[in-house]
Amino acid sequence: MGQLAYNDTMIEVNDDGFLVNADDWNEDLAGVLAQGEDITLTDEHWKVINFMRQEFAENGKVPSIRRLKKAGGIPIKDIYRLFPDGPAKKAAKIAGLSKPEGCV
Amino acid sequence: MTMSSNGDDKIKKVSIIISHGSLEGVYPGLIMANGARMEGIEANLFFTFFGLDAIIKKRSDKIKVATVGNPAMHIPSMVGMLPGMSTMATKMMKKEMDKIEIPSIPEFIEEIAETGAKLYACRATVDMFHLSMDDFVPEVDEVINVGRFYELAGGGQIVFT
Repeated sequence: MGQLAYNDTMIEVNDDGFLVNADDWNEDLAGVLAQGEDITLTDEHWKVINFMRQEFAENGKVPSIRRLKKAGGIPIKDIYRLFPDGPAKKAAKIAGLSKPEGCV
Repeated sequence: MTMSSNGDDKIKKVSIIISHGSLEGVYPGLIMANGARMEGIEANLFFTFFGLDAIIKKRSDKIKVATVGNPAMHIPSMVGMLPGMSTMATKMMKKEMDKIEIPSIPEFIEEIAETGAKLYACRATVDMFHLSMDDFVPEVDEVINVGRFYELAGGGQIVFT
C-alpha cells in the first residue's frame, strides 16, 4: 500500500500505484496519475481513458488493448504511442481502473 | 511488492523462436510476444522450420491443431487420424479462443507488428523451402540468419517454442 499526495489530501494507492478506491478518481487526479508515468494528457489520451471507463461501467471489465481497437476504434499503434512502455497497465492506472486481467 | 516490479530485475527484451507449425505450436509464442509488448518489453519473433507457416501468406490462416501424437488431446491417435478430425478440433479450439478474445493467427500477427514487435524469418528454412519475402505476410521485417538473430537478441532473454 502507498499514498499519493493530492490537493492537501492523501489518496490510497496499491504497490503498483493503482487507486485503491475507484471513487477517488476525477479528471484532475487522472492528470496527476499520468504525470507519475511521465505522460501529459491530450485529447487523444482522453479518448482512450473515457472509452476504458465507459467499458468498465458497462461490462465491469477493464478492456484489453484488443478491445480498445475493436470496440473503441483506437489503433494499436496509437495506444502504444500514447502510453509507451506498458500501455494496458498505464492507461488503466490513469483511468482509475485496476490492472487488466486477460493475456491478450 | 513483487520482485519483478522493482526495476533492475525487470525483463527488458525477449526474443521468441517459433519452430512448430501447429496451432498449439504457434499461439504460445504469439501470446508471449504480444504480452511482452503490453508490459513494455521489447520483443522479437523468429520463425523457423514449420513455424514459418504462421507468416506464409497462403498458410497462416490454415494452421491446425495436431490430433495425432498429441496425448493431451485425449483422443487416441488412431481416431485423430480420421479425416476431418484435425479440422474439427481446430474449429472447436478457435471457438473457445474467440470467447476469450484471442484473435486468429493472421490477425494476431498483424496486431503484434502494430505493437512494435519485430518479426523475422529464418534464413536456413527460407533457403531449404525455396521461399522469398514475397511468400510472407507484409508484417515480416526481414529474413535473417542465426548469427543476426543472436545479435538482435543480445542483452535479452531467448524463449524457444
